[in-house]
Amino acid sequence: MTPASGAGRRFAVSDLVALAIFVIFALVPFAAKLGPEAYVLTLVTRVMIFAIAAVSLDLIVGYGALVSFGHAAFIGLGAYVAGILASHGIGDALVALPVAIIVSTLFALATGVVCLRTKGVYFIMITLAFSQMAFFTASSLSPYGGDDGLTIHARDTFAGFAWMKGDGALYYVVLGFLLLTFLLCRALIASRFGRVLRGARQNSTRMAALGFEVFRYQLVAYAISGALAGVSGFLLANATNFVSPAYMSWQRSGELIIMVVLGGLGTLYGAIIGAAAFIIAEEWLAGFTEHWKMIFGPLLILVVVFARGGLIGLMSLIAGPRRD
Amino acid sequence: MTEPVLRLENLRKRFGGLLVTDDVTLDVVPGELHAIIGPNGAGKTTLINQISGTLSSDAGRILFAGQDITALPVHARAQCGIARSFQITSILPEFSALENVALAVQAHAGTSYRFFGRAQDEAALNEPALAALRETGLAERAHIRAAHLSHGERRALELAIALAMQPKLLLLDEPMAGTSHEETERLIAVLRRLKGRFPIMLIEHDMTAVFALADRISVLIYGRILASGKPEVVRADPQVVAAYLGESME
Repeated sequence: MTPASGAGRRFAVSDLVALAIFVIFALVPFAAKLGPEAYVLTLVTRVMIFAIAAVSLDLIVGYGALVSFGHAAFIGLGAYVAGILASHGIGDALVALPVAIIVSTLFALATGVVCLRTKGVYFIMITLAFSQMAFFTASSLSPYGGDDGLTIHARDTFAGFAWMKGDGALYYVVLGFLLLTFLLCRALIASRFGRVLRGARQNSTRMAALGFEVFRYQLVAYAISGALAGVSGFLLANATNFVSPAYMSWQRSGELIIMVVLGGLGTLYGAIIGAAAFIIAEEWLAGFTEHWKMIFGPLLILVVVFARGGLIGLMSLIAGPRRD
Repeated sequence: MTEPVLRLENLRKRFGGLLVTDDVTLDVVPGELHAIIGPNGAGKTTLINQISGTLSSDAGRILFAGQDITALPVHARAQCGIARSFQITSILPEFSALENVALAVQAHAGTSYRFFGRAQDEAALNEPALAALRETGLAERAHIRAAHLSHGERRALELAIALAMQPKLLLLDEPMAGTSHEETERLIAVLRRLKGRFPIMLIEHDMTAVFALADRISVLIYGRILASGKPEVVRADPQVVAAYLGESME
Protein backbone atom coordinates (compact mmCIF):
# COMPACT_ATOMS: atom_id res chain seq x y z
CA MET A 1 0.00 0.00 0.00
CA THR A 2 1.41 3.35 -0.94
CA PRO A 3 1.03 5.74 1.96
CA ALA A 4 -0.11 9.30 1.65
CA SER A 5 3.26 10.56 0.55
CA GLY A 6 1.60 13.49 -1.18
CA ALA A 7 0.79 15.00 2.18
CA GLY A 8 4.48 15.69 2.73
CA ARG A 9 5.04 18.83 0.77
CA ARG A 10 2.80 21.69 -0.15
CA PHE A 11 2.94 20.88 -3.85
CA ALA A 12 4.06 17.37 -4.56
CA VAL A 13 4.60 15.39 -7.73
CA SER A 14 1.18 13.90 -7.13
CA ASP A 15 -0.35 17.35 -7.54
CA LEU A 16 1.31 17.73 -10.92
CA VAL A 17 -0.12 14.40 -12.02
CA ALA A 18 -3.54 15.47 -10.81
CA LEU A 19 -3.21 18.78 -12.62
CA ALA A 20 -2.32 16.97 -15.83
CA ILE A 21 -5.36 14.71 -15.44
CA PHE A 22 -7.72 17.65 -15.04
CA VAL A 23 -6.17 19.55 -17.94
CA ILE A 24 -6.70 16.49 -20.14
CA PHE A 25 -10.32 16.19 -19.00
CA ALA A 26 -10.87 19.88 -19.72
CA LEU A 27 -9.49 19.49 -23.25
CA VAL A 28 -11.30 16.28 -24.19
CA PRO A 29 -14.41 18.04 -25.56
CA PHE A 30 -12.24 20.01 -28.00
CA ALA A 31 -10.47 16.90 -29.22
CA ALA A 32 -13.79 15.09 -29.43
CA LYS A 33 -15.00 17.49 -32.10
CA LEU A 34 -12.58 15.76 -34.45
CA GLY A 35 -14.19 12.37 -33.99
CA PRO A 36 -17.39 10.75 -32.75
CA GLU A 37 -18.15 13.64 -30.44
CA ALA A 38 -21.32 12.42 -28.70
CA TYR A 39 -19.80 8.99 -28.09
CA VAL A 40 -16.60 10.35 -26.60
CA LEU A 41 -18.37 12.88 -24.41
CA THR A 42 -20.77 10.27 -23.06
CA LEU A 43 -17.96 7.82 -22.38
CA VAL A 44 -15.70 10.31 -20.62
CA THR A 45 -18.61 11.74 -18.64
CA ARG A 46 -19.22 8.21 -17.40
CA VAL A 47 -15.54 7.90 -16.54
CA MET A 48 -15.66 11.08 -14.48
CA ILE A 49 -18.85 10.07 -12.67
CA PHE A 50 -17.28 6.81 -11.58
CA ALA A 51 -14.07 8.65 -10.79
CA ILE A 52 -16.00 10.70 -8.21
CA ALA A 53 -17.21 7.49 -6.57
CA ALA A 54 -13.75 5.92 -6.82
CA VAL A 55 -12.05 8.96 -5.24
CA SER A 56 -14.61 8.89 -2.41
CA LEU A 57 -13.87 5.18 -1.94
CA ASP A 58 -10.12 5.80 -1.93
CA LEU A 59 -10.66 8.27 0.90
CA ILE A 60 -11.77 5.45 3.21
CA VAL A 61 -9.95 2.46 1.67
CA GLY A 62 -6.62 4.08 0.86
CA TYR A 63 -6.37 6.38 3.87
CA GLY A 64 -8.55 4.62 6.40
CA ALA A 65 -8.12 0.94 5.45
CA LEU A 66 -11.90 0.63 5.54
CA VAL A 67 -12.57 -1.66 2.60
CA SER A 68 -16.21 -0.96 1.82
CA PHE A 69 -17.68 -3.59 -0.46
CA GLY A 70 -20.98 -1.76 -0.57
CA HIS A 71 -20.09 1.56 -2.05
CA ALA A 72 -22.42 1.13 -5.01
CA ALA A 73 -25.33 1.47 -2.58
CA PHE A 74 -24.51 5.16 -2.22
CA ILE A 75 -24.40 5.63 -5.98
CA GLY A 76 -27.80 3.96 -6.17
CA LEU A 77 -29.22 6.09 -3.37
CA GLY A 78 -28.10 9.31 -5.03
CA ALA A 79 -29.50 8.12 -8.35
CA TYR A 80 -32.84 7.06 -6.85
CA VAL A 81 -33.24 10.39 -5.08
CA ALA A 82 -32.82 12.14 -8.44
CA GLY A 83 -35.18 9.66 -10.17
CA ILE A 84 -37.90 9.60 -7.53
CA LEU A 85 -37.94 13.37 -7.07
CA ALA A 86 -38.04 13.85 -10.85
CA SER A 87 -40.99 11.44 -11.11
CA HIS A 88 -42.83 13.72 -8.69
CA GLY A 89 -41.98 16.76 -10.75
CA ILE A 90 -39.11 17.97 -8.58
CA GLY A 91 -36.38 18.32 -11.14
CA ASP A 92 -34.19 21.03 -9.70
CA ALA A 93 -30.73 20.31 -8.37
CA LEU A 94 -31.14 22.92 -5.64
CA VAL A 95 -33.52 20.44 -4.01
CA ALA A 96 -32.48 17.10 -5.45
CA LEU A 97 -28.73 17.39 -4.82
CA PRO A 98 -28.97 18.31 -1.12
CA VAL A 99 -31.56 15.55 -0.64
CA ALA A 100 -29.25 13.06 -2.39
CA ILE A 101 -26.39 14.11 -0.12
CA ILE A 102 -28.51 13.96 3.03
CA VAL A 103 -29.98 10.55 2.20
CA SER A 104 -26.62 8.98 1.43
CA THR A 105 -25.05 10.56 4.51
CA LEU A 106 -27.83 9.20 6.71
CA PHE A 107 -27.49 5.76 5.16
CA ALA A 108 -23.73 5.90 5.78
CA LEU A 109 -24.19 6.95 9.41
CA ALA A 110 -26.85 4.33 10.11
CA THR A 111 -24.93 1.47 8.52
CA GLY A 112 -21.50 2.75 9.54
CA VAL A 113 -22.43 2.60 13.23
CA VAL A 114 -22.82 -1.16 12.76
CA CYS A 115 -20.10 -1.86 10.14
CA LEU A 116 -17.38 0.04 11.96
CA ARG A 117 -17.75 -2.14 15.03
CA THR A 118 -16.11 -4.84 12.95
CA LYS A 119 -12.79 -5.08 11.18
CA GLY A 120 -11.18 -6.64 8.13
CA VAL A 121 -13.18 -9.31 6.36
CA TYR A 122 -16.18 -8.77 8.64
CA PHE A 123 -16.30 -5.12 7.69
CA ILE A 124 -16.21 -6.09 4.01
CA MET A 125 -19.03 -8.59 4.45
CA ILE A 126 -21.27 -6.30 6.48
CA THR A 127 -20.93 -3.39 4.05
CA LEU A 128 -21.80 -5.88 1.30
CA ALA A 129 -24.83 -7.06 3.26
CA PHE A 130 -26.15 -3.52 3.73
CA SER A 131 -25.70 -2.67 0.06
CA GLN A 132 -27.56 -5.86 -0.89
CA MET A 133 -30.40 -4.74 1.38
CA ALA A 134 -30.49 -1.45 -0.51
CA PHE A 135 -30.38 -3.35 -3.80
CA PHE A 136 -33.35 -5.56 -2.95
CA THR A 137 -35.28 -2.63 -1.51
CA ALA A 138 -34.82 -0.77 -4.79
CA SER A 139 -35.84 -3.88 -6.77
CA SER A 140 -39.09 -4.06 -4.87
CA LEU A 141 -39.96 -0.38 -5.28
CA SER A 142 -42.79 -1.12 -7.69
CA PRO A 143 -44.13 2.47 -7.80
CA TYR A 144 -40.71 3.43 -9.14
CA GLY A 145 -40.22 0.71 -11.69
CA GLY A 146 -39.03 -2.10 -9.43
CA ASP A 147 -36.61 -4.37 -11.26
CA ASP A 148 -37.08 -2.49 -14.50
CA GLY A 149 -35.85 0.81 -13.18
CA LEU A 150 -37.11 4.28 -13.66
CA THR A 151 -36.77 6.62 -16.63
CA ILE A 152 -36.09 10.28 -16.04
CA HIS A 153 -37.55 12.53 -18.71
CA ALA A 154 -35.40 15.59 -18.31
CA ARG A 155 -32.13 16.40 -16.58
CA ASP A 156 -32.22 18.41 -13.39
CA THR A 157 -32.12 22.17 -13.70
CA PHE A 158 -30.20 24.41 -11.34
CA ALA A 159 -32.48 27.15 -9.94
CA GLY A 160 -34.46 26.82 -13.14
CA PHE A 161 -31.39 27.07 -15.34
CA ALA A 162 -30.79 24.11 -17.65
CA TRP A 163 -27.17 23.65 -16.61
CA MET A 164 -26.88 20.09 -17.84
CA LYS A 165 -28.70 20.52 -21.12
CA GLY A 166 -26.64 18.97 -23.88
CA ASP A 167 -23.73 16.58 -23.54
CA GLY A 168 -21.13 19.34 -23.49
CA ALA A 169 -22.74 21.20 -20.59
CA LEU A 170 -23.24 17.98 -18.65
CA TYR A 171 -19.60 17.10 -19.27
CA TYR A 172 -18.32 20.27 -17.65
CA VAL A 173 -20.76 20.07 -14.75
CA VAL A 174 -19.50 16.57 -14.00
CA LEU A 175 -15.89 17.71 -14.40
CA GLY A 176 -16.61 20.49 -11.91
CA PHE A 177 -17.95 18.00 -9.38
CA LEU A 178 -14.95 15.73 -9.88
CA LEU A 179 -12.59 18.63 -9.28
CA LEU A 180 -14.49 19.66 -6.14
CA THR A 181 -14.47 16.08 -4.87
CA PHE A 182 -10.76 15.76 -5.47
CA LEU A 183 -9.90 19.08 -3.80
CA LEU A 184 -12.16 18.33 -0.85
CA CYS A 185 -10.61 14.91 -0.27
CA ARG A 186 -7.11 16.28 -0.72
CA ALA A 187 -7.76 18.95 1.91
CA LEU A 188 -9.37 16.43 4.27
CA ILE A 189 -6.40 14.12 4.14
CA ALA A 190 -3.93 16.83 5.01
CA SER A 191 -6.10 18.26 7.80
CA ARG A 192 -6.08 17.37 11.48
CA PHE A 193 -9.01 15.07 10.82
CA GLY A 194 -7.19 13.34 7.97
CA ARG A 195 -4.16 12.86 10.13
CA VAL A 196 -6.25 10.98 12.67
CA LEU A 197 -7.75 8.85 9.90
CA ARG A 198 -4.31 8.04 8.46
CA GLY A 199 -2.95 7.32 11.91
CA ALA A 200 -5.77 4.90 12.66
CA ARG A 201 -4.94 2.97 9.51
CA GLN A 202 -1.37 2.44 10.68
CA ASN A 203 -1.91 1.63 14.33
CA SER A 204 -5.30 1.91 16.02
CA THR A 205 -3.90 0.73 19.38
CA ARG A 206 -1.54 3.67 19.45
CA MET A 207 -4.32 6.05 18.44
CA ALA A 208 -6.50 4.88 21.34
CA ALA A 209 -3.57 5.26 23.73
CA LEU A 210 -3.19 8.84 22.48
CA GLY A 211 -6.80 9.50 23.43
CA PHE A 212 -8.54 9.24 20.07
CA GLU A 213 -11.82 7.39 19.83
CA VAL A 214 -10.98 6.07 16.38
CA PHE A 215 -14.51 4.82 15.71
CA ARG A 216 -15.97 8.34 15.61
CA TYR A 217 -13.44 9.62 13.12
CA GLN A 218 -13.92 6.60 10.91
CA LEU A 219 -17.68 7.09 11.04
CA VAL A 220 -17.37 10.70 9.92
CA ALA A 221 -15.02 9.68 7.10
CA TYR A 222 -17.42 6.94 6.07
CA ALA A 223 -20.29 9.44 5.97
CA ILE A 224 -18.31 11.94 3.90
CA SER A 225 -17.30 9.19 1.50
CA GLY A 226 -20.89 7.99 1.23
CA ALA A 227 -22.16 11.51 0.58
CA LEU A 228 -19.68 12.01 -2.26
CA ALA A 229 -20.62 8.67 -3.81
CA GLY A 230 -24.24 9.81 -3.50
CA VAL A 231 -23.36 12.88 -5.55
CA SER A 232 -21.89 10.65 -8.23
CA GLY A 233 -25.16 8.69 -8.25
CA PHE A 234 -27.13 11.88 -8.69
CA LEU A 235 -24.95 12.73 -11.68
CA LEU A 236 -25.20 9.21 -13.10
CA ALA A 237 -29.00 9.39 -13.05
CA ASN A 238 -28.86 12.71 -14.87
CA ALA A 239 -26.32 11.49 -17.40
CA THR A 240 -28.22 8.33 -18.31
CA ASN A 241 -31.75 9.66 -17.73
CA PHE A 242 -32.34 6.35 -16.06
CA VAL A 243 -32.15 4.73 -12.64
CA SER A 244 -32.07 1.03 -11.94
CA PRO A 245 -31.34 -1.31 -9.04
CA ALA A 246 -28.32 -2.50 -11.04
CA TYR A 247 -26.57 0.71 -9.95
CA MET A 248 -26.39 -0.79 -6.46
CA SER A 249 -25.40 -4.33 -7.41
CA TRP A 250 -22.49 -5.95 -5.61
CA GLN A 251 -20.68 -6.28 -8.95
CA ARG A 252 -20.69 -2.51 -9.19
CA SER A 253 -19.22 -2.25 -5.68
CA GLY A 254 -16.53 -4.70 -6.72
CA GLU A 255 -15.77 -2.68 -9.83
CA LEU A 256 -15.27 0.42 -7.70
CA ILE A 257 -12.73 -1.42 -5.53
CA ILE A 258 -10.98 -2.65 -8.69
CA MET A 259 -10.80 0.93 -9.98
CA VAL A 260 -9.19 2.14 -6.77
CA VAL A 261 -6.73 -0.76 -6.55
CA LEU A 262 -5.99 -0.56 -10.26
CA GLY A 263 -5.09 3.11 -10.02
CA GLY A 264 -3.09 2.74 -6.81
CA LEU A 265 -4.48 3.01 -3.28
CA GLY A 266 -4.13 6.12 -1.21
CA THR A 267 -3.29 8.64 -3.90
CA LEU A 268 -6.74 10.02 -4.90
CA TYR A 269 -5.64 10.75 -8.45
CA GLY A 270 -4.91 7.04 -8.81
CA ALA A 271 -8.62 6.40 -8.33
CA ILE A 272 -9.35 8.72 -11.27
CA ILE A 273 -6.82 6.92 -13.46
CA GLY A 274 -8.21 3.58 -12.31
CA ALA A 275 -11.78 4.58 -13.15
CA ALA A 276 -10.69 5.78 -16.60
CA ALA A 277 -8.64 2.65 -17.26
CA PHE A 278 -11.43 0.37 -16.11
CA ILE A 279 -14.25 1.95 -18.08
CA ILE A 280 -12.25 2.53 -21.24
CA ALA A 281 -10.81 -1.01 -21.15
CA GLU A 282 -14.28 -2.40 -20.60
CA GLU A 283 -15.63 -0.41 -23.54
CA TRP A 284 -12.73 -1.31 -25.79
CA LEU A 285 -12.64 -5.04 -25.00
CA ALA A 286 -16.42 -5.29 -25.31
CA GLY A 287 -15.95 -4.04 -28.88
CA PHE A 288 -13.93 -7.18 -29.71
CA THR A 289 -16.00 -9.87 -28.14
CA GLU A 290 -18.95 -10.34 -25.86
CA HIS A 291 -16.75 -12.57 -23.71
CA TRP A 292 -14.57 -9.58 -22.91
CA LYS A 293 -14.49 -10.44 -19.22
CA MET A 294 -12.37 -13.50 -20.12
CA ILE A 295 -9.65 -11.08 -21.22
CA PHE A 296 -10.31 -8.39 -18.65
CA GLY A 297 -10.10 -10.68 -15.62
CA PRO A 298 -6.58 -11.99 -16.30
CA LEU A 299 -5.44 -8.47 -17.19
CA LEU A 300 -6.57 -7.21 -13.79
CA ILE A 301 -4.79 -10.05 -12.04
CA LEU A 302 -1.58 -9.23 -13.93
CA VAL A 303 -1.73 -5.59 -12.93
CA VAL A 304 -2.34 -6.40 -9.27
CA VAL A 305 0.32 -9.12 -9.13
CA PHE A 306 3.05 -7.29 -11.00
CA ALA A 307 2.37 -3.73 -10.02
CA ARG A 308 1.89 -3.20 -6.33
CA GLY A 309 0.33 0.20 -6.12
CA GLY A 310 -1.65 -0.36 -9.31
CA LEU A 311 -1.07 1.47 -12.56
CA ILE A 312 0.64 4.30 -10.67
CA GLY A 313 3.08 1.79 -9.24
CA LEU A 314 3.64 0.40 -12.72
CA MET A 315 4.44 3.86 -14.05
CA SER A 316 6.91 4.69 -11.29
CA LEU A 317 8.40 1.23 -11.70
CA ILE A 318 9.15 2.14 -15.28
CA ALA A 319 10.21 5.68 -14.45
CA GLY A 320 12.79 4.46 -11.93
CA PRO A 321 13.14 3.13 -8.42
CA ARG A 322 10.83 4.66 -5.90
CA ARG A 323 12.22 7.03 -3.33
CA ASP A 324 11.11 6.24 0.14
CA MET B 1 0.84 11.42 53.23
CA THR B 2 0.14 12.97 49.85
CA GLU B 3 -2.91 11.99 47.89
CA PRO B 4 -1.90 9.30 45.35
CA VAL B 5 -2.29 10.05 41.62
CA LEU B 6 -3.04 6.43 40.91
CA ARG B 7 -4.45 3.92 43.30
CA LEU B 8 -5.14 0.27 42.56
CA GLU B 9 -7.46 -1.43 45.02
CA ASN B 10 -7.61 -5.23 45.14
CA LEU B 11 -7.24 -5.45 41.38
CA ARG B 12 -7.76 -8.84 39.78
CA LYS B 13 -7.49 -10.33 36.31
CA ARG B 14 -8.06 -13.93 35.36
CA PHE B 15 -7.23 -15.56 32.02
CA GLY B 16 -9.12 -18.83 32.15
CA GLY B 17 -7.72 -20.74 35.11
CA LEU B 18 -4.75 -18.44 35.50
CA LEU B 19 -4.91 -15.62 37.99
CA VAL B 20 -2.61 -13.06 36.36
CA THR B 21 -3.32 -10.16 38.64
CA ASP B 22 -4.06 -11.37 42.12
CA ASP B 23 -5.45 -8.83 44.53
CA VAL B 24 -3.00 -6.08 43.68
CA THR B 25 -3.16 -2.95 45.79
CA LEU B 26 -0.62 -0.24 45.19
CA ASP B 27 -0.37 3.46 44.48
CA VAL B 28 1.72 6.06 42.72
CA VAL B 29 2.14 9.40 44.49
CA PRO B 30 2.90 12.73 42.78
CA GLY B 31 6.45 13.11 41.59
CA GLU B 32 7.60 9.58 42.30
CA LEU B 33 9.00 6.95 40.01
CA HIS B 34 7.50 3.69 41.07
CA ALA B 35 9.13 0.67 39.47
CA ILE B 36 7.45 -2.69 39.16
CA ILE B 37 9.86 -5.57 38.84
CA GLY B 38 9.43 -9.29 38.69
CA PRO B 39 10.29 -12.33 36.60
CA ASN B 40 8.84 -12.95 33.16
CA GLY B 41 5.19 -13.92 33.34
CA ALA B 42 4.67 -12.20 36.67
CA GLY B 43 1.85 -10.15 35.20
CA LYS B 44 3.58 -6.77 34.87
CA THR B 45 2.38 -5.96 31.36
CA THR B 46 -1.10 -7.22 32.24
CA LEU B 47 -1.12 -4.75 35.11
CA ILE B 48 -0.14 -1.86 32.80
CA ASN B 49 -2.81 -2.94 30.32
CA GLN B 50 -5.39 -2.91 33.09
CA ILE B 51 -4.37 0.57 34.18
CA SER B 52 -4.34 1.97 30.64
CA GLY B 53 -7.62 0.23 29.83
CA THR B 54 -6.47 -2.19 27.13
CA LEU B 55 -7.65 -4.99 29.41
CA SER B 56 -10.69 -4.85 31.64
CA SER B 57 -10.38 -5.86 35.26
CA ASP B 58 -12.39 -8.70 36.80
CA ALA B 59 -12.50 -7.19 40.25
CA GLY B 60 -11.15 -4.25 42.19
CA ARG B 61 -10.95 -0.56 41.44
CA ILE B 62 -8.61 1.81 39.67
CA LEU B 63 -8.65 5.35 41.00
CA PHE B 64 -6.94 8.07 39.03
CA ALA B 65 -6.71 11.56 40.53
CA GLY B 66 -9.49 10.51 42.90
CA GLN B 67 -11.79 9.44 40.06
CA ASP B 68 -12.87 5.85 39.52
CA ILE B 69 -11.72 4.98 36.00
CA THR B 70 -12.17 1.19 36.23
CA ALA B 71 -14.89 1.18 33.57
CA LEU B 72 -13.49 3.81 31.18
CA PRO B 73 -12.26 2.80 27.70
CA VAL B 74 -8.63 3.33 26.64
CA HIS B 75 -9.12 6.63 24.82
CA ALA B 76 -11.03 8.16 27.72
CA ARG B 77 -8.27 7.22 30.17
CA ALA B 78 -5.73 8.76 27.80
CA GLN B 79 -7.78 11.94 27.78
CA CYS B 80 -7.73 11.93 31.59
CA GLY B 81 -3.95 12.13 31.35
CA ILE B 82 -2.63 8.57 31.36
CA ALA B 83 0.12 8.17 28.78
CA ARG B 84 1.87 4.90 28.14
CA SER B 85 4.63 3.30 26.18
CA PHE B 86 4.39 -0.26 24.94
CA GLN B 87 6.72 -3.18 25.52
CA ILE B 88 6.74 -3.72 21.77
CA THR B 89 7.23 -0.27 20.30
CA SER B 90 3.94 1.18 19.12
CA ILE B 91 4.31 4.13 16.81
CA LEU B 92 2.91 5.27 13.47
CA PRO B 93 5.54 3.91 11.06
CA GLU B 94 4.57 5.95 7.99
CA PHE B 95 4.62 9.30 9.77
CA SER B 96 7.78 11.26 10.43
CA ALA B 97 9.00 11.39 14.01
CA LEU B 98 7.69 14.95 14.19
CA GLU B 99 4.26 13.98 12.92
CA ASN B 100 4.04 11.13 15.43
CA VAL B 101 4.59 13.57 18.25
CA ALA B 102 2.51 16.36 16.69
CA LEU B 103 -0.42 13.94 16.63
CA ALA B 104 0.00 13.42 20.36
CA VAL B 105 -0.09 17.20 20.81
CA GLN B 106 -3.15 17.36 18.57
CA ALA B 107 -4.90 14.76 20.72
CA HIS B 108 -4.81 17.19 23.62
CA ALA B 109 -4.93 20.55 21.83
CA GLY B 110 -8.39 21.55 20.79
CA THR B 111 -10.41 19.63 18.29
CA SER B 112 -9.38 17.07 15.72
CA TYR B 113 -12.63 17.61 13.81
CA ARG B 114 -10.92 20.20 11.69
CA PHE B 115 -11.28 19.33 8.04
CA PHE B 116 -9.34 22.09 6.37
CA GLY B 117 -5.93 23.59 6.86
CA ARG B 118 -2.78 21.52 6.71
CA ALA B 119 -2.10 19.94 10.07
CA GLN B 120 1.52 19.61 9.04
CA ASP B 121 1.98 23.38 8.88
CA GLU B 122 0.43 24.16 12.27
CA ALA B 123 3.05 25.74 14.49
CA ALA B 124 0.77 25.22 17.47
CA LEU B 125 1.22 21.48 16.98
CA ASN B 126 4.78 21.37 15.67
CA GLU B 127 6.47 23.53 18.28
CA PRO B 128 5.45 21.52 21.36
CA ALA B 129 6.21 18.40 19.33
CA LEU B 130 9.72 19.61 18.54
CA ALA B 131 10.26 20.47 22.20
CA ALA B 132 9.36 16.90 23.17
CA LEU B 133 11.69 15.52 20.51
CA ARG B 134 14.47 17.74 21.80
CA GLU B 135 14.00 16.42 25.33
CA THR B 136 14.41 12.86 24.16
CA GLY B 137 17.36 13.70 21.91
CA LEU B 138 15.52 13.20 18.63
CA ALA B 139 15.30 16.79 17.37
CA GLU B 140 17.70 16.11 14.53
CA ARG B 141 15.71 13.11 13.39
CA ALA B 142 12.37 14.97 13.37
CA HIS B 143 11.76 14.56 9.65
CA ILE B 144 12.79 10.93 9.35
CA ARG B 145 10.01 8.43 8.86
CA ALA B 146 9.43 6.57 12.09
CA ALA B 147 9.84 3.23 10.30
CA HIS B 148 13.40 4.22 9.40
CA LEU B 149 14.52 5.12 12.92
CA SER B 150 16.79 2.74 14.80
CA HIS B 151 15.30 0.61 17.55
CA GLY B 152 16.67 2.85 20.27
CA GLU B 153 15.40 5.95 18.52
CA ARG B 154 11.94 4.44 18.26
CA ARG B 155 11.99 3.78 21.99
CA ALA B 156 12.93 7.43 22.49
CA LEU B 157 10.15 8.43 20.09
CA GLU B 158 7.62 6.59 22.22
CA LEU B 159 8.82 8.60 25.19
CA ALA B 160 8.51 11.82 23.19
CA ILE B 161 4.95 10.88 22.22
CA ALA B 162 4.08 10.24 25.86
CA LEU B 163 5.66 13.56 26.89
CA ALA B 164 3.75 15.50 24.28
CA MET B 165 0.51 14.27 25.80
CA GLN B 166 1.40 16.31 28.90
CA PRO B 167 0.46 13.36 31.03
CA LYS B 168 -0.55 13.31 34.65
CA LEU B 169 0.80 9.77 34.83
CA LEU B 170 3.34 8.00 32.67
CA LEU B 171 3.19 4.22 32.32
CA LEU B 172 6.39 2.84 30.83
CA ASP B 173 6.41 -0.80 29.83
CA GLU B 174 10.04 -1.87 29.52
CA PRO B 175 11.29 1.24 27.72
CA MET B 176 14.80 -0.25 27.55
CA ALA B 177 13.74 -3.58 26.07
CA GLY B 178 16.10 -4.62 23.29
CA THR B 179 18.22 -1.48 23.36
CA SER B 180 22.00 -1.52 23.25
CA HIS B 181 24.06 -0.64 26.30
CA GLU B 182 24.71 2.85 24.97
CA GLU B 183 21.08 3.47 24.16
CA THR B 184 20.09 2.25 27.61
CA GLU B 185 22.46 4.78 29.16
CA ARG B 186 20.93 7.52 27.05
CA LEU B 187 17.36 6.52 27.95
CA ILE B 188 18.26 6.41 31.64
CA ALA B 189 19.57 9.97 31.31
CA VAL B 190 16.34 11.05 29.62
CA LEU B 191 14.19 9.40 32.28
CA ARG B 192 16.25 10.97 35.02
CA ARG B 193 15.47 14.39 33.56
CA LEU B 194 11.76 13.58 33.33
CA LYS B 195 11.60 12.19 36.82
CA GLY B 196 9.79 14.44 39.21
CA ARG B 197 7.90 16.23 36.45
CA PHE B 198 5.31 13.50 36.20
CA PRO B 199 4.62 10.50 38.32
CA ILE B 200 5.96 7.48 36.47
CA MET B 201 5.19 3.80 36.77
CA LEU B 202 8.09 1.90 35.27
CA ILE B 203 8.27 -1.75 34.37
CA GLU B 204 11.80 -2.76 33.63
CA HIS B 205 14.03 -5.81 33.57
CA ASP B 206 17.24 -3.83 33.53
CA MET B 207 18.06 -3.70 37.25
CA THR B 208 20.75 -1.07 36.77
CA ALA B 209 18.11 1.25 35.35
CA VAL B 210 15.59 0.38 38.05
CA PHE B 211 17.92 0.98 40.95
CA ALA B 212 19.28 4.13 39.34
CA LEU B 213 15.84 5.66 38.86
CA ALA B 214 13.24 4.28 41.22
CA ASP B 215 11.97 6.05 44.32
CA ARG B 216 9.94 3.02 45.21
CA ILE B 217 9.94 -0.55 43.97
CA SER B 218 7.21 -3.15 44.06
CA VAL B 219 8.00 -6.75 43.31
CA LEU B 220 5.32 -8.67 41.43
CA ILE B 221 5.44 -12.46 41.40
CA TYR B 222 2.66 -14.67 40.07
CA GLY B 223 0.36 -11.66 40.00
CA ARG B 224 0.89 -10.83 43.68
CA ILE B 225 2.82 -7.99 45.22
CA LEU B 226 5.57 -9.71 47.17
CA ALA B 227 7.20 -6.60 48.56
CA SER B 228 6.97 -2.88 48.14
CA GLY B 229 9.16 -0.09 49.42
CA LYS B 230 12.33 1.94 49.02
CA PRO B 231 15.00 0.41 46.77
CA GLU B 232 17.40 -0.35 49.66
CA VAL B 233 14.66 -2.10 51.57
CA VAL B 234 13.49 -4.16 48.62
CA ARG B 235 17.02 -5.06 47.67
CA ALA B 236 17.64 -6.41 51.19
CA ASP B 237 14.35 -8.28 51.48
CA PRO B 238 15.26 -11.96 51.78
CA GLN B 239 12.00 -13.05 50.14
CA VAL B 240 12.68 -10.87 47.11
CA VAL B 241 16.26 -12.02 46.85
CA ALA B 242 15.12 -15.62 46.96
CA ALA B 243 12.33 -15.22 44.45
CA TYR B 244 13.80 -12.83 41.92
CA LEU B 245 16.76 -10.62 42.61
CA GLY B 246 19.07 -13.45 43.60
CA GLU B 247 19.61 -14.60 40.06
CA SER B 248 19.44 -11.26 38.30
CA MET B 249 21.77 -9.39 40.64
CA GLU B 250 24.64 -11.79 40.17
